[in-house]
Amino acid sequence: MRRCSWRIFLAVVFGCVVLGQTSVLRAQAVAPKDTGVKIDGEYGPFLPTDISVDGYQVDRLINVLHVFMIGLFVGWGLFFAFCLVKYRQRPGHRANSVLIKAKPSKYLEIAVAIFEAVLLFGFSIPVWARVKSEFPTDDPMRVRVVAEQFAWNFHYPGADKKFGKLNPKIIDLVKNPLGRMDDDPAGKDDFVSGEFHVIEGRSVVVEILSKDVIHSFFVPVLRVKQDAIPGMRIPIWFKTKEKTAGAYEIGCAQLCGNNHFSMRAVMHVDTPEQYAAWVKKVTAPPEEFKED
Amino acid sequence: MSTAVLPYTVEPHPITRLYSGKLGIWLFLASEVMLFGALFSSYVLLRVGAPVAGPAAWPAHAETGLSWKIGGFNTLVLIISSVTMVMAWAALKTHNIGRAKAYLATTVFLALVFIVVKLTLEYIPKIQAGHTPSHNNFFALYFTLTGLHALHIIGGIIVITYFIGPGSALWKTDPEYFTNRVECTGLYWHFVDLVWIFLFPVLYLT
Amino acid sequence: MAQHQHKGGGHGHDHHHHDDHGAGHHELSYWRKYIFSVDHKIIGIQYGLTALCFLFFGFSLMMIMRWQLAYPNKPIPVIGSLFPSFFPGGAMAPEMYNAFGAMHGTIMVFLGVVPMLVGAFGNYVMPLQIGAPDMAFPKLNMMSYWVYFCGGVTMLASFFVKGGAAQSGWTSYAPLSVITQPHQWGQTMWLIGMVFLITSSLLGSINFITTIVQLRAKGLTMFRLPFFVWAQFVTSFLLLLAFPPLEAAGILQLMDRVAGTSFFMPEGLVVSGQMQSYTGGGNPLLWQHLFWFLAHPEVYVLILPAMGMVAEIIASNTRKALWGYRTMVYSIIFLGFMSFIVWAHHMFITGMGQKMAAFFATTTMIISIPSVVILTAMVITLHGASIRFNVPMLFALAFLPMFAIGGLTGLPLGLPVSDIQLHDTYYVIGHFHYVVAPGTIFAIFAGIYFWFPKATGRMMNEALGKVHFVLSFIFINVAFMPMFFQGLAGVSRRLADQTGYAHGNAVQGLTRMSSWGAWMLGLSQVPFIINFFVSMFAGRKVSENPWESTTLEWSAPSPPPHGNFKSTPVVHRGPYEYGVPGIAKDYFPQHQAGAEA
Ligand code: HEM
Ligand SMILES: [Cu+2]
Ligand SMILES: [Cu+2]
Repeated sequence: MRRCSWRIFLAVVFGCVVLGQTSVLRAQAVAPKDTGVKIDGEYGPFLPTDISVDGYQVDRLINVLHVFMIGLFVGWGLFFAFCLVKYRQRPGHRANSVLIKAKPSKYLEIAVAIFEAVLLFGFSIPVWARVKSEFPTDDPMRVRVVAEQFAWNFHYPGADKKFGKLNPKIIDLVKNPLGRMDDDPAGKDDFVSGEFHVIEGRSVVVEILSKDVIHSFFVPVLRVKQDAIPGMRIPIWFKTKEKTAGAYEIGCAQLCGNNHFSMRAVMHVDTPEQYAAWVKKVTAPPEEFKED
Repeated sequence: MSTAVLPYTVEPHPITRLYSGKLGIWLFLASEVMLFGALFSSYVLLRVGAPVAGPAAWPAHAETGLSWKIGGFNTLVLIISSVTMVMAWAALKTHNIGRAKAYLATTVFLALVFIVVKLTLEYIPKIQAGHTPSHNNFFALYFTLTGLHALHIIGGIIVITYFIGPGSALWKTDPEYFTNRVECTGLYWHFVDLVWIFLFPVLYLT
Repeated sequence: MAQHQHKGGGHGHDHHHHDDHGAGHHELSYWRKYIFSVDHKIIGIQYGLTALCFLFFGFSLMMIMRWQLAYPNKPIPVIGSLFPSFFPGGAMAPEMYNAFGAMHGTIMVFLGVVPMLVGAFGNYVMPLQIGAPDMAFPKLNMMSYWVYFCGGVTMLASFFVKGGAAQSGWTSYAPLSVITQPHQWGQTMWLIGMVFLITSSLLGSINFITTIVQLRAKGLTMFRLPFFVWAQFVTSFLLLLAFPPLEAAGILQLMDRVAGTSFFMPEGLVVSGQMQSYTGGGNPLLWQHLFWFLAHPEVYVLILPAMGMVAEIIASNTRKALWGYRTMVYSIIFLGFMSFIVWAHHMFITGMGQKMAAFFATTTMIISIPSVVILTAMVITLHGASIRFNVPMLFALAFLPMFAIGGLTGLPLGLPVSDIQLHDTYYVIGHFHYVVAPGTIFAIFAGIYFWFPKATGRMMNEALGKVHFVLSFIFINVAFMPMFFQGLAGVSRRLADQTGYAHGNAVQGLTRMSSWGAWMLGLSQVPFIINFFVSMFAGRKVSENPWESTTLEWSAPSPPPHGNFKSTPVVHRGPYEYGVPGIAKDYFPQHQAGAEA
């Protein structure tokens, strides 16, 4: 009688959970807040689209790890479940006070250690070295990303490929958000945009700065994430694959204040023609000066 | 009294050879080492990482306006106070409570001298000269480190005064227990002294 | 000597009191007995009740936040209209979300779990397990509790000051924590509250170490200590040595906020187009280093005592000695040491170079090994056992796979390359919640059900307990499992609304599922709350050793009187002598003399 009521209880709870959760899951998601741009790529409960030539190394490590973790967990769980059933207390059963010699556990621990070492020295440290210090030499694009509460500014060096100096003292939120100095010749042809444009298949070196607090430059489809720390200028690089032109999301991954959740920008991966057209558009003199 | 009867509050534990209070104070000092250690590490990091020029640059020694004479005097005062603290404990060991109290009082007096010198000859003139903590990171560290140290001194003054006054009643009922407490206070006092001996060269001489 | 012992320890400051009343055992006033008590058991219970309240409060904050996550910007039912000043328009504004998030983290870690594990269980059980009459410094013990209480009140009060509570996460990264809420009290009160909590933990850890070193019963050598005591011992060292740097960091941040110094402020900060008045020259990463130097050992503080409790319960309910007790002890000591040199694995994404990253990734991989060893040892203990499925055991058993999930998912976060994608996403939230919620919180429940009869002399109800277990187990997984998938999808943590992102919107269904899990988990606590209070007064009465366990706490009366034991216990054997051949009963208590096994 008691057993039976327990089973009914468990079954009812379980049924409710399954039904409830499927209905919660199925409820149609709200439409994404309109950023005015359609975002490309596929998104779901696993890793999103990867458009970077090196992204696969991150994905590979994540995937290998999860296969390993699931394997270990299932094997371990089977033993666990076996023990729970086989060694449950029941009449006539008494615990065996002699401790087993569990050699396999030692092998298991050693295997785990070796596996971790392989992951570390085979898949992590070399990749990290590549990402961190093998900066591209194939004439990369250079862009500065300046984060602020709650926007991303993209500072392009222009035709001379040199960034002009910035002076925080002359920052003006509307006219000069980065504090560019007029008297620096290197800065004459620089331009700043709220959109990030790169050319597909070309390497990009990005210098990451922040004006106020710590932000984090996160481009999920590139497998790129780097904190933007005030007082520091941190270079990173990536290279998009060929034929990946489209619009992708940039997010802020570090709590930076009230509107952290909405600190987004769009990364446009352009064909060379699209890029040239965009540069022309942003560097064109503003409307009111066109007349003279 | 219903506090449970606890062993080793007075007599040492046969294995550790420490009474509990002494072990406790050593552990406390270990945590204090970590506290000041973290602050000293911050000092090193901030100094090494300071910009070379501009208002945030690390000031040259002359600019700090810290006089090694005043600092040296205070160092001496603290060292002597450490000695008088030991003498107080030694006097208790020879069962001379009167002399012990006199030494404790001297210790308190020296500690007060330290605080008064610090306040009138250093803090107040510095702040009047505009060298407030926000002036630059040297002064920020100077005020934070010496301020925290001064709080430790004040804490010591309160405890020692307590042992001269109401706390000394314990001497009549349990002289050994009282002696132990003075010993522990002494350990703390030497530590505070030691911190200053690190602070002095770091702030006044370099 | 005997005369000295008479005076007792640690009640130094009121010796006149002592003299006035003589050494007689008179009744204490209500206040001295239950409020300002120096008895470790009363203090333990005070800690426990306070911490349970804070756990519930911190959890409630999260249940409200989960509404905003599941149904962004929709008015919160009931609560939204009850507190219009907190929720303008009934919905949760982003600053309120941030404040609740920061306080959820802070309250759960510093006011809930640590006081529960160390303050409550450590205080109550540890002296009993080592056969001590009390803690080494009872007055200090009382002070720890009241300082903790002040810290809690400070944190709670910060909700009501102008500008609200701290909003910069439980990590309080500078410069954000310095420049938000300028001239307001939220973050400043957070810092002051932290100084209280740190002080309390420091006093506590000194007391614990001294007690374990000095007051063990005769015959109780270090390798006869129950594993729980070892866990408390290592934990205390972590608290003792890791907390002061955070205290230093807190003082520095307080100076930055209040005195305008620039410890964490670099030159040329511009906030909303306004040049800041800070001189500069500071370094934001200094805060992170100081913070994580504490906070990594801190996460071991959150788990080691839980492991200890689970080990006790497993030994008692498998009717078997722990497998590999010594190995477990060495592992836990090793864990303690290692936890001081892994902290920067929280900072891979700050622009860390190759050598540093390689070092911290290596130490992180190394530290995972002893955890694997401990977990394996506990599972192997089940082999050949006779497992009693009572409520404490159910929670303790559930701890094992849940902690395993938490631990395994730490691997991708400990390797810098996979961390690039997963850092600061919900994957991290899922990872550490599997460790602290179905892990530590389940261990806490297990501990409550297990030691409740010791503290009250009454059992908690088994049927209600099982209902509580089943519901909690299901819903805690419903709440946390989706987070791993959200994290893989790239959803960042601390977002008041993730639907603005295409990748966030794609998994909004999972977010909602997690929220429902959390609310149902909240409801599942009702049987526990009822059980807890009703059993306190009406539970089945039991003798001193209802679980037929071997460790010393079960040889004291339930509840133990002041001074704990009827006669000073002497220990004759190791902690887990179950099923010893030649003994009629299947357990052989530590204090019982007789043939050595
Ligand atoms: C059992 C129910 C719990 C639920 C449903 C829950 C849920 C959450 C969620 C969803 C977040 C992320 C919030 C965000 O990123 O915006 C979070 C953060 C956090 N939780 Fe919990 N949690 C629970 C219990 C705990 C416990 C027991 C602890 C600690 C021991 C804890 C410690 C934290 C911490 C430290 C954070 C980070 C806060 C921050 O971002 O500053 N939580 N929790
Ligand atoms: Cu942000
Ligand atoms: Cu960590």
